[in-house]
Amino acid sequence: MIKRLFILMMLAVMAVIFLNLAGNYRENTELSRLGHYYAENGPQELGAPNLVTAVVVTYRGLDTLGEVTVLFISAAGVGLLLRRTRRKQDDEDLEQGDRAEETAGVHKPASEIVETATELLLPMVILFGIYVFLNGHLSPGGGFQGGAIIASGTMFLLLALPESHISRLMIAVIESLSGFSYVVVGVLGVLLAGGFLDNRIIDPGTYGALFSAGAIPLIYVFVGLKVGFELSAVLDRFRKEDTGPL
Amino acid sequence: MTVPVITLLTILLCSGILISGLLAVTLNNLLSAVISAGLASLFASVVYVVLAAPDVAMTEASIGSGLTTMIFLYAIRKTRGED
Repeated sequence: MIKRLFILMMLAVMAVIFLNLAGNYRENTELSRLGHYYAENGPQELGAPNLVTAVVVTYRGLDTLGEVTVLFISAAGVGLLLRRTRRKQDDEDLEQGDRAEETAGVHKPASEIVETATELLLPMVILFGIYVFLNGHLSPGGGFQGGAIIASGTMFLLLALPESHISRLMIAVIESLSGFSYVVVGVLGVLLAGGFLDNRIIDPGTYGALFSAGAIPLIYVFVGLKVGFELSAVLDRFRKEDTGPL
Repeated sequence: MTVPVITLLTILLCSGILISGLLAVTLNNLLSAVISAGLASLFASVVYVVLAAPDVAMTEASIGSGLTTMIFLYAIRKTRGED
């Protein structure tokens, strides 16, 4: 009874808050001062046609580093938790060998259609992911998006070939190296240019070219690799856990 | 009074989000609930494209409707029978 009352009260509070928000909503017709500054000076200062990227990677680069760190911590947490349960299950495996044999057919092979489609699409999906983070400063998308697309490629792979093996060592090495290089590029910004994660440590080059906008493509390659491999590692860990008896 | 097509489309897509979100909460079958949650993300990503935020849309489409659904499916398979 008290629980239900509490829920109703919470709902009422939420309703009041959201009604207020909706009632006072007014569409902004002009940019705020900060937004105006970004729109005005971003292209000249950083040389990136995609203003979103310019803001995310340089002006707000520290936030992006924070996001990458959050993702890293969650991936590490998944790894830690699932590893612990697997060890326990290994012990159970020894005791309950019969049961494991009974449920051995958990990994049904994927259908012909899924397998063939994955063989055709996987290279293209990965290539598209790389395209997205390499062109982050020119077109919509960037490191996070590209990395997520690469992880979708891994998802395809795991769907089509459930028994395929992904090297944990390779994932760990690439992930740590790219994370480390990301921070190194950021620190180089302090030493050579205006501040942490300043992209002007490399010559900005021609506006709109593939290799332009200073260090933005470089940073996005690192972020993309890191995010892609981290999410792949999370997927792989969830999958590997499945091999135990259910 | 004529309503712009974009507004109509946005309203339609937003009701799609609402409906699939409600389905995700109310459905008893866990598998269908997860699929509806993914569907809500898919609708949301299309709304982002319509509202001119392609960067966000990409993330939403691949993480929200792809990877999250997949991880939920793995989790359901792992905890099957305990609902």
